[in-house]
Amino acid sequence: MTVTDPRRVTHRAIEAVWRIESARVIAGLARLVRDVGLAEELAQDALVIALEQWLESGVPDNPGAWLMATAKHRAIDLLRRQTRYADKLEEIGRDLDARQRAEPGPDTEIEDEIGDDLLRLVFTACHPVLPPESRVALTLRLLGGLTTEEIARAFLIAEPTVAQRIVRAKRTLAAKKVEFELPAPHELADRLASVLGVIYLIFNEGYAATGGDAWTRPELCQEALRLGRILAGLAPEEPEVHGLVGLMEIQASRLRARTGPEGDPVLLLDQDRRLWDRLLIRRGLEAVGRAEALGGRFGPYALQAAIAACHARASSSQDTDWERIAALYQVLAHVSPSPVVELNRAVAVGMASGPVAGLEIVDALASERTLAAYPQLPAVRGDLLARLGRLGEARREFERAAALTRNARERALFLRRAAGPSDGTATE
Amino acid sequence: MRYLVLLKSEQPPTPPPPELMEAIMKLGGEATAAGALLDTAGLAPSGAGATVELTGGRLSVTDGPFAEAKELISYALYEVRSKEEAVEWAARFMKLHRDLWEGWEGVSTVLKVMGPEDFGPPAG
Repeated sequence: MTVTDPRRVTHRAIEAVWRIESARVIAGLARLVRDVGLAEELAQDALVIALEQWLESGVPDNPGAWLMATAKHRAIDLLRRQTRYADKLEEIGRDLDARQRAEPGPDTEIEDEIGDDLLRLVFTACHPVLPPESRVALTLRLLGGLTTEEIARAFLIAEPTVAQRIVRAKRTLAAKKVEFELPAPHELADRLASVLGVIYLIFNEGYAATGGDAWTRPELCQEALRLGRILAGLAPEEPEVHGLVGLMEIQASRLRARTGPEGDPVLLLDQDRRLWDRLLIRRGLEAVGRAEALGGRFGPYALQAAIAACHARASSSQDTDWERIAALYQVLAHVSPSPVVELNRAVAVGMASGPVAGLEIVDALASERTLAAYPQLPAVRGDLLARLGRLGEARREFERAAALTRNARERALFLRRAAGPSDGTATE
Repeated sequence: MRYLVLLKSEQPPTPPPPELMEAIMKLGGEATAAGALLDTAGLAPSGAGATVELTGGRLSVTDGPFAEAKELISYALYEVRSKEEAVEWAARFMKLHRDLWEGWEGVSTVLKVMGPEDFGPPAG
């Protein structure tokens, strides 16, 4: 047994409580004060008070309720001092009275209410009036309970930059008078797409780090997964939410197999599948099943999840249903056309029907300007050329890919492929 | 990172009160909704199980119940950001026992499951 400073232990316990409770506290406050920025400040104030008191008295039995009650009192104090908010205060007073009269209500009703508040918070943090990088920062801050410093470290950017993004985002939400409400039915699809996009952006930053020395940052993947799982509980009727969760669970199942002993990337078809995480695969396949069971037309995430599921079910690359994958990519190209999807389709077709057929699709993409700086285009082309025995051309493509990537580990992989006799396949 | 929480206690003379079971289900629902709980289940008394032991190169299979005074009661698998978070969930679980089952005693062991973070390259 090691002796630890009890205050340090309590401090870390309080951080854990904050992480578990903060989103619910902020969401509940935001509905009262109708201002996400103010709600977060009030919740932070409550945390400071908690740190002072709990270090002496220990963490109370129901810390979430304690934080919420403390923050609500702060809110009322604050609004009392600001007479111009008199109307708002009255509104809150009415709301509080109504709640006190209603309590103790059935637990499920309270849970539903908290769920709705959390969902409002998700939609607000990912609101389209904000630039994507601000949506990411605000989501990690408000829903993930991450500090500015943690967000900065995860995204390898300077802390003041993150802080500024968050401040600006809160200001924009206030200036544009974004209501703390669920989207109207006619805008639900677009708003949900924005939320899913933010979560997947966070996941991908961890899964294939675009910058820095490390190839993956699993903690960011786990953060995104957690947000996705929360969202699946809040919006269980949305097939795309389950699609995204399934996609992330299955992709995350490969994390351990995806990095070699030296920290080098190992591509899908070269991975030791025994290292895949069976629990995450099971959860991913279940999520894909839920998306399918909800019916309707498959959206881009459910389709990508279905593709990931094909790999997860196969015991080897030979064993993989490449034809189904190629067909799913064709549907995906229809639902959500993009040069990157087309490039992935080329890989699948290259496996299903041979490198010549794959190369045809890749060559059609050569003039695609959005892919001009995309390292995977020459990497895929190099691989197909290598399989055709055109080794000189393949080498030049891998060198181009190496020059284009910003990730040090990936660059080393491409240079290795450029130098060596080619085997394996560049997918993903 | 993942933590496995194992609950151990002496086999009680009576089954757990229904209010406790209800509260445990509710807590499980909360932990699932928070994206933290991946899997959980109760374990049948060791009389339903067996041990497979290797000593001196020889395998021996022994049917339960085991001789230990304490039995494994349940497991829960969490995915959280820190050990403290796993400890917090385990503490909430134990508090339910304290509040809803008088006199009951037991211990939850919080064990870290090896994950990608334990196999990755040195940071930097």
